[in-house]
Amino acid sequence: MLLIHGPYCDDTLPELEFAYAGAAHIARPADPMSLSDEEWRDFLYVRSNPRGLHAERWRYIHGCGRFFNASRDTVGDKFSVTYKAGKPRPDLEKAVQMSK
Amino acid sequence: MQAGGLGADQIQQIQLGGKMSDLRISDRGRVDHARPVRFTFDGKTFAGLEGDTVASALLANGQHLMGRGFKYHRPRGVVTAGSEEPNALIGTTRGPGQFEPNTHATMQEIYDGLSTESQNKWPSLKFDIGAINDRLYMLFSAGFYYKTFMWPKSFWDKVYEPFIRRAAGLGRSLTYLDPDHYASRYLHCDVLIVGAGPSGLAAALTAARSGPSVVVVDEQAEMGEALLSEPSVEIDRDQVWGWLASTLAEPASLPNVRLMNRSTAIGYYHQNMVGLCQKLTDHLSDVPADAPRERLWRVRAGQVILAQGAIDRPMVFDGNDRPGVMMAGAAQTFLNRFGVKVGVRPVILTSNDSAWYTAFDLADAGCKVAAIVDTRTDIPPALMQAAMSRQIEALTGYTATATSGRLRVKSIRVNPVRGGRVGAARTIACDAVLMCGGWTPSLHLFSHTKGSLEWDAKAKAYLPGHKTEAVHIAGAGRGLWGIAAVLADGAQAGADALRDLGRKAGAATYAVTNDRTGTGITQKELPTDRSPSSAKAFVDFQNDVTAKDIRLAVREGMRSIEHVKRYTTNGMATDQGKLSNMNGLTIASDALGKDIPQVGLTTFRPPYTPTTFGALAGYHKGSHFEVTRKTPIDSWAVENGAAFEPVALWRRASYFSKAGEDMHAAVNRECRATRQSLGIFDASTLGKIEVSGPDAVEFMNRMYTNPWAKLAPGKCRYGLLLGEDGFIRDDGVIGRMRDDLFHVTTTGGAARVLNMMEDYLQTEWPDLQVWLTSTTEEWATIAINGPNAHKLLAPLVEGQNMSDAAFPHMSVAECTVASFPSRLFRISFTGELGFEVNVPARHGRALWEKLMEVGKAYDVCPYGTETMHILRAEKGYIIIGQDTDGTVTPEDAGIGWAIGKAKPDFVGKRSLAWPDIVAKGRKQLVGLSTENPKDALVEGAQIVLDPKQPKPMKMIGHVTSSYWSEALGRSIAMAVVQGGFDRMGDTLHIPTADGGSQAAKVTGSVFDDPAGDRLKVE
Repeated sequence: MLLIHGPYCDDTLPELEFAYAGAAHIARPADPMSLSDEEWRDFLYVRSNPRGLHAERWRYIHGCGRFFNASRDTVGDKFSVTYKAGKPRPDLEKAVQMSK
Repeated sequence: MQAGGLGADQIQQIQLGGKMSDLRISDRGRVDHARPVRFTFDGKTFAGLEGDTVASALLANGQHLMGRGFKYHRPRGVVTAGSEEPNALIGTTRGPGQFEPNTHATMQEIYDGLSTESQNKWPSLKFDIGAINDRLYMLFSAGFYYKTFMWPKSFWDKVYEPFIRRAAGLGRSLTYLDPDHYASRYLHCDVLIVGAGPSGLAAALTAARSGPSVVVVDEQAEMGEALLSEPSVEIDRDQVWGWLASTLAEPASLPNVRLMNRSTAIGYYHQNMVGLCQKLTDHLSDVPADAPRERLWRVRAGQVILAQGAIDRPMVFDGNDRPGVMMAGAAQTFLNRFGVKVGVRPVILTSNDSAWYTAFDLADAGCKVAAIVDTRTDIPPALMQAAMSRQIEALTGYTATATSGRLRVKSIRVNPVRGGRVGAARTIACDAVLMCGGWTPSLHLFSHTKGSLEWDAKAKAYLPGHKTEAVHIAGAGRGLWGIAAVLADGAQAGADALRDLGRKAGAATYAVTNDRTGTGITQKELPTDRSPSSAKAFVDFQNDVTAKDIRLAVREGMRSIEHVKRYTTNGMATDQGKLSNMNGLTIASDALGKDIPQVGLTTFRPPYTPTTFGALAGYHKGSHFEVTRKTPIDSWAVENGAAFEPVALWRRASYFSKAGEDMHAAVNRECRATRQSLGIFDASTLGKIEVSGPDAVEFMNRMYTNPWAKLAPGKCRYGLLLGEDGFIRDDGVIGRMRDDLFHVTTTGGAARVLNMMEDYLQTEWPDLQVWLTSTTEEWATIAINGPNAHKLLAPLVEGQNMSDAAFPHMSVAECTVASFPSRLFRISFTGELGFEVNVPARHGRALWEKLMEVGKAYDVCPYGTETMHILRAEKGYIIIGQDTDGTVTPEDAGIGWAIGKAKPDFVGKRSLAWPDIVAKGRKQLVGLSTENPKDALVEGAQIVLDPKQPKPMKMIGHVTSSYWSEALGRSIAMAVVQGGFDRMGDTLHIPTADGGSQAAKVTGSVFDDPAGDRLKVE
């Protein structure tokens, strides 16, 4: 069972207390009615399925209730970092490359 | 059946007569010779000693035969002395109803009264009809599932499938509830050590002395592992068992150390969580009342040390599965730990030094070792010397090509191999063949972590490579051999773990004498002078896979080891190939003409050994399986004869029958009473969310389809919630209590709705000043419906003018009802004049009783969910999730009026403009009126245009709701039908399960009082 660091409570707790909430950094368009059908489709349904680091959302459902963002490795499953909603995506790929 | 010159049955008789069999060596081993224990195997009573396993006790009685093979039903004996055992799987009965199949005879401790049975045999273990399969072996070659049962097609249902189902699996499963109970615990520690052999214990001592919390687990009843089988070794000038006793005493006395025996580490999960299954009572003849049978531990460890040792590999040759053929290491354990000779005239068949020591121990214990057959030519002179001094014939550079004996091995056929040629055969009489084809480091748990395994050419084994967890591997698991080497390695692993915890520790050192180090080789199936195609050289004993099967799989095109595994089922039995994987891999790589590391490995998965469902379920059974949510009025319903139904986690009263009434009669009466006078309904399960704050109205406008800005405080409105895809997610009546406070009600999916609201509020619109609060459990909600609802309620209300003008339909007020503070809604889910009274949950039952008392004047009738469903369906009120299915838009459901078309945006609005959503011919919600009014349709039934069309028919929709309407005196139904709105008045057909069909006319979905006159106060 994974351990997850909640960025709001600043505590590391078991996965059972959290719920997955889909891919991160997909903002709802400010004016959906101005989008073409294709653009709206892409927002609604089209997602990447990377092997490796994946930016995703989690919610501390049995704690503070806050949604937050995370970068997680889809191969080893583990989290590399979690951060508050609204904060920019950390450049992890670059960090990983530099450490090699 | 020769054992010491006596048949097994005779030995058993002597044993029962009180004389010791010459297979048990008095005062040898760690069993208690002063404490005899009686148990049964296949109905016969056997005697053993305290400390015996079923396997050691049966072997002491000369009984090797313990089961039958899976496919060919060949007689099978015990092969190992541990949890890797593939053959000796037995059923155990501990008490009434306490039966378990597939228990390892090598792990089950005996106690007075234990009853055991062999498996996969009929009519008896000695004579099994299923053994005919052994003659039909051509039918059961690799991939036989895909070949044998292919044709003729008509045979599948009647012949092949029943045959496969009967043949599948070993043992019999329970058909009744497990009477035992199981416990579970969490545990956190600094260091978890798996395996209490020499390396694990050395690691534990080093770690424990510096103070961190240490947990040591071992699957055996007694800790010590290899040390228990090597009594001649001395550590620090102490005989090994003396050293072991003082070594175990030290950590046992330390408060920071927990020693757990009979505890198997079943799985290694993310971030150093290890699952342990601890057996608590299966070894006890008197089980304390209420003691749990097993306890599942979830251990989160700072550092894990895996010290699981190594498992010896069988030799692969024709007839290597005969009872009496077993691992040399197991024979050594039975001799030294249990004081049992597995035979009196054994032959050793090996490619490793270790088995030579088994020969020496057996010879020293009085066995006549008929020969040591070693496939190698280069043997350490000291071993040759030691064999010679014991007058044991050593045949080096030999192969084994057959065995004989039906229920017990009688002889082995061996041939010299010279220059690659197999020479003339020689047959050696024996009652046991003890083999060792190398040692496989036990890295199953490490494999669970997705740590990489890398081929080590020197050790001829896969050894741990890249690690993904804070883990250290110690001892034989790293390919080390000899007590001294693994003690030192274990101590170092303990020190390394402490260092990684930020602590300092020096690794202890140990002086070992009489250590038995050595080397060996591993190989594919042994060479033979006979046709390999007729050889039954088993690789996987439990799944009956032979070397020939693996070569056939490669010939038939399997290239990946994963495919070979699945095609042959090698390593796919409950032992997960603990004995077979490396032999299978070696043979497959030879057949493929590749090196072993190029062929790769299959993956081990939890659990390490078969684990009971009981342990995994723990406390979560019966009424503890999941929470039962009860309303504040639930106790009244219980006292008044309600029938209940589960609605999600809620327990809801479904109807209240009076004496002599069946459900149908009760529901009809409840419907009539409500429509004619007054019904009362516990609606407390209604989901409730408070939306408050300065931006509450803006938030509601964005979330729900409806416009909210103009809804005045004191008014309520039907609210509709879509997903961003435009499909209906939820609905409910929403009251505006104040400018900045909405009382939102939902379906039973309140938690889902709140999650969705929180998601948008937190991540899309964090600028909005809104607070969301779940209030479902805060309020008890009582619905009062019927022509007399107003008459009942109005006199009880204070703080609100209850006149029709001051409190019209779709109003809400804060007031008191029967002196209880209340949020009072004038709404209706029945079509009758109706109110919903919300009071703080603690007052729910008191208000209910008050209303029942006052309501006597109007013959008030409590009703349940059944009546609620019918009354709402008569009015065409939909239930989300029943009349909709996640592909239904507001227009499809006929509630397009709930959309605030002037609003620039709301969740789901953009999708409502999609071409497919506005297209003609979508499934739409309509009413169905059966031609025969007594005909009730089946919910979920498919709808067709022409019932006479050939099958498969074209289905154009399905029935979503169907009831008997007491008010209308006929059945009513709702359905989603393609282009349903354009089919008004058409007749459609609903085929029934009996091959017939019902006809029904498409109608509007409001069956009763379409004008809504009944909602008014008269």
